[in-house]
Amino acid sequence: MKKIIKPCGIHCIKIKNLGVQIGEQEILKDINLHIHCGTLTAIIGKNGAGKSTLIKSILGEIPHTGQIEFKDCENGHIQKLRIGYVPQSLNIEKHTPVSVYDMIASYQSNCPVFFHKNKKLYQEILESLRVFEAEELIDKQVCNLSGGELQRVLLSMAVMDEPNLLLLDEPVSGIDQNGMELFYKRMEYLKEHFDLAVILISHDLDYVKQYADHVVLLNKTVLMQGTPKEVYASEAFQKTFTEAAMLIGGAKE
Amino acid sequence: MMDFFTEWWSYGFMRNAFVAVLIITPLFGLLGTMIVNKKMAFFSDALGHSALTGIAIGVVLGVSDTSLSMVIFAIAFALLLNKISSKSTASTDTIISVFSSCSIAIGLAILSKGGNFSKYSSLLVGDILSITFREIVYLILIFAATLVFWFVAFNKLNAVSLHRTLAKSRGIHVKLIENIFAVFIALIVMLSIKWVGILIINALLILPAASSRNLAENMREYHFFSILFSVFSGIIGLIISYFTNVATGPMIVIVASVIYFATYFYGKRSA
Repeated sequence: MKKIIKPCGIHCIKIKNLGVQIGEQEILKDINLHIHCGTLTAIIGKNGAGKSTLIKSILGEIPHTGQIEFKDCENGHIQKLRIGYVPQSLNIEKHTPVSVYDMIASYQSNCPVFFHKNKKLYQEILESLRVFEAEELIDKQVCNLSGGELQRVLLSMAVMDEPNLLLLDEPVSGIDQNGMELFYKRMEYLKEHFDLAVILISHDLDYVKQYADHVVLLNKTVLMQGTPKEVYASEAFQKTFTEAAMLIGGAKE
Repeated sequence: MMDFFTEWWSYGFMRNAFVAVLIITPLFGLLGTMIVNKKMAFFSDALGHSALTGIAIGVVLGVSDTSLSMVIFAIAFALLLNKISSKSTASTDTIISVFSSCSIAIGLAILSKGGNFSKYSSLLVGDILSITFREIVYLILIFAATLVFWFVAFNKLNAVSLHRTLAKSRGIHVKLIENIFAVFIALIVMLSIKWVGILIINALLILPAASSRNLAENMREYHFFSILFSVFSGIIGLIISYFTNVATGPMIVIVASVIYFATYFYGKRSA
């Protein structure tokens, strides 16, 4: 597939002093992150720590203060940031007559999906689905896909525009252990074969430890960030997850 | 049999009604697809009811053409509903219900003042045989405008209905698209309400699309069946109503309902 480019390692995304305030309530403050292409950054934290809000503010859904810059680290050239987003789930009911082609074509093109099937576009969609072994799903109804299948379809769609940054909002919910393993393998594949950075909200500390390059522990602000080893050994981490440890252990069984 | 049809066709009002049905029903089939997918059935129902209020406001202001006040009020009402349901945390159903009841009550109160409501009761059931040539021209205009909108914006509308944030991240103007869609629903509902009737207009928007969902697996089939069912029920309903001397609107809805149940059981069997 022609779109696959090795990560160049010289692009970076800088988030400076990002803050979010809704009404009187301060949800996020002083968020400073530095993200390189070809890396997987995992955001962890308790429920209500502001993880989803951070993703939404990067997407521009929620207004925020501070800056998000996308730069060429070598010459400091500022470029426009293209963001790919993989939501947790879709707003779709049973029996909704939307096929995978209809969905992806609706987001990707202006060729009206109710009128005719554009052959060229169909091929393009097929190509990108192939990256995540989802090409056989193209004519299936979106509402009938399993959690894992939907995930692969959404990932294929997210990488179609060659984004510089891929945001994943708790994508692992509703997927079994085997599916989780596959999902993280796919993340590895993505960062090795595409020129992009991945930010992932995750609840599974074991997988984060194994696969993430950079971990951000969030609770309204960045409590701690670094390699998984550094963060997991920190006091802030222990403090955040000792209460939650029981819950996580319980949830896994 | 042939004689029946030539007799039927010889009436000018029947010809007009027939042309009107041919224009209105495909529109209903088209818009219905998205109204059902976006779960806006209640929204369009409330809009239909707001016709009364629009007319009442026209009467109070002493406007000579109450259709105008009706259309303007419906557009404002649709935009207001959109705005409030996107802001508020309470469920959309509840909010629409509150505004809808309130507006109907105001409409009924004003129109029934002095015991004059019977003058407006024809609005409840509608009369397609009263349609004039001029009104058909309006329908053609809105038909053309809707088609243009659908070809230009349908993909975006579909994207928004699947996931708002995802659509927004792709640079789609979510609010603008939703508002334009709401205005189109308002316009079409108001322009056809006189002939279809407040009580059943929503059935015509919802039933063809709902029937189509029982069969369709993708957007092309969805639109095809929805428009087909809508036009079919319109024409058959009109003809049956002529021979049985029953109001046309309800007859169309009865045909559409029969189609719904037929497709429901067919879809169940093949699933």
